[in-house]
Amino acid sequence: MLLEALTLQLGYNATLVAIGAMLLGIAAGVTGTFLFLRKRALVSDAISHATLPGVGLAFIVMVWFGMDGRSLIGLLIGSALSAWVGLLCVQWLSNRTRLSEDSAIGAVLSVFFGAGVVLLTVIQGMSAGRQAGLDSLLLGSTAGMLFSDAILIAVGGALVLALTLVLRRPMSLVAFDSDYAAASGLNVARIDLATMGLVLAVTVVGLKIVGLILIVALLIIPPVTARFWTERTERVWLIAGGLGGLSGYVGAAISASAPALPTGPIIVLVAFGLFVLSLLFSPARGVLSSVLTHLQYRRSVHRRQGLLALAQGQPIYEGYTLRLLQREGLARADGVATEEGQARAAKALLDEKRWEILRGLQAHKATAARYDGLTNLETILTKDQLRDLDTRIAAPREVTP
Amino acid sequence: MSGAEFVPLSLTPLLIGIFAAIACALPGNFLVLRRQALIGDAISHVVLPGIVVAFLLTGAVTAWPMMLGAAGAALISVVLIEAIRRLGQIETGAAMGVVFTAMFAGGVLLLERSDTSSVHLDVEHALMGNLESLIWLEATGWHSLLDGDALAGLPPELSRLAVVLLLVVLFTWIFWRPLKISTFDEGFAQVLGMRTGLLGIALVMIAAIAAVAAFDAVGSIIVIAMFICPPAAARLMTDSLGRQVAWSVVFAALSATLGYVFAGYGPLWLGASDSVSAAGMIATISGVILALTALFGPRRRGMMA
Repeated sequence: MLLEALTLQLGYNATLVAIGAMLLGIAAGVTGTFLFLRKRALVSDAISHATLPGVGLAFIVMVWFGMDGRSLIGLLIGSALSAWVGLLCVQWLSNRTRLSEDSAIGAVLSVFFGAGVVLLTVIQGMSAGRQAGLDSLLLGSTAGMLFSDAILIAVGGALVLALTLVLRRPMSLVAFDSDYAAASGLNVARIDLATMGLVLAVTVVGLKIVGLILIVALLIIPPVTARFWTERTERVWLIAGGLGGLSGYVGAAISASAPALPTGPIIVLVAFGLFVLSLLFSPARGVLSSVLTHLQYRRSVHRRQGLLALAQGQPIYEGYTLRLLQREGLARADGVATEEGQARAAKALLDEKRWEILRGLQAHKATAARYDGLTNLETILTKDQLRDLDTRIAAPREVTP
Repeated sequence: MSGAEFVPLSLTPLLIGIFAAIACALPGNFLVLRRQALIGDAISHVVLPGIVVAFLLTGAVTAWPMMLGAAGAALISVVLIEAIRRLGQIETGAAMGVVFTAMFAGGVLLLERSDTSSVHLDVEHALMGNLESLIWLEATGWHSLLDGDALAGLPPELSRLAVVLLLVVLFTWIFWRPLKISTFDEGFAQVLGMRTGLLGIALVMIAAIAAVAAFDAVGSIIVIAMFICPPAAARLMTDSLGRQVAWSVVFAALSATLGYVFAGYGPLWLGASDSVSAAGMIATISGVILALTALFGPRRRGMMA
């Protein structure tokens, strides 16, 4: 069943939803990257919660005019309008009052959501509202979706993605260096607004699939995950888009494969799974690689110090050093150096002596700065330079009067 | 309205609403000043998986295991946020976004997958609470307040919230000076020998306790709204921390009272028959108060505007 879902064989609707979720995921990942780099990730949380009163009002207005209140496009327009108002409120509160942005976000989020809940209870009291099913927009639900809704989501996802790609260049300029962007003639405020507009579009298109409480996850988790895979900021958005698309597609497919698997939470959990994998196993910044690097570093420090002790005939008391030297066949259990150990120890001592001489020489000042007690000088200097150093280590000569 | 109607039907929900609002608003003052306002948002989202796990383990909707589960989840989320922030060198907001959305999604999934049809446990309840249903059926009028048998029938949420409110008040009162100094000048507080890190954690834990207790009774919307709106509105009224806290308590109590009254009776005044969500209305009223102070508050600009 899951395989069929992943290969798009569960019918038109499921296919359209999976494709729509993928497009939405890519758009969300890319847009979210710019939010993340601007350190405004949680503004999207305010925007998404602020859609709820718009949904409720749109339903009421549509019923008022004798239309079907469940029309998805009408609900989405309503949600976009109220999310826009919410965004303006966040900006007004954080620019015009002394409140910080996080307070403004929290206030708008909770108040708009509260007002939305009030409207939902009003709708429940209306005769047309019994079957409204508006609460499916809270957590997303693609089960039993109309064909036209599925098309709307696929087309919406494609449109948002196209817009994101068009606006990519100015948005990345602003996100990486807003001062430079301003100096090169870009209107930073307007581009920030465009970014927010895209966030809003992602939210609105994502309402039906992911739901308004969790859509923020699609904007935040993929960019954060992407950060683990590259140090080059201009690649973050590419990777984030890929991860977002993957989460959307796989999540929608899994959710279509069995009942009682709500789409939104599954997509979010797939994205979170990718995040955890990256956190643990990414080569550059992952937990595993940093643990390995640390262990390796510890080993080389102990080996070096142990060898130096062997070379100078000092006893080794430190348990880990002793075990390490034994394991590598450099010393016997009683702490006496083996033949190989003696050779390596002599070499380590020579290297240490070379460094000592080198640090006294003005000509090698730049090289001397690289001394860390581990690096072998042979890997840095040429043979000629080493020979030159070695002549200075010569045994003390008798001074002729 | 007569006492015979008011006391059993409205007195307890009203008191619970007020207690919850004040218990959240008090720590909210410091969170808002420390720019940690969204911790309340995060905590109220992660409470859901904690409650669901507690339900799955005990198989019943009982208060204490669920509060323990919720507190455990809040603790786990704070640890996770900190771990992700440090390990990945990611800013707090984004780390918070990752953790609370994932945990909330996990909670929703668990809830959908497990059989909770027999009990009153669903996402909507978690979001909106059920303030209206916390009535005191044993009461017959004001005199019931002195009647031992009737008092035994009080909703347990009321006494729980009263205890938590007392705890929050005590915490704020005892640690007033360290909280104040470390909030405004952490470096100075450290010079004075205060354990600012420990104090910060204690503040978050107190906020979590308030959130969990309030969540149980009134749902997560009120929790987030009361953490932020009354303190934010109070901050626009005055420069003094003491007066800010006082204002925030007034605003919180006012939001709870007006919100509850408007939700219950507002639709009747307008000619409709059904009441609307009290939790939603309390949050809305707190927003209206914040909007009014943002427009007319004497200290709305401040020095840092």
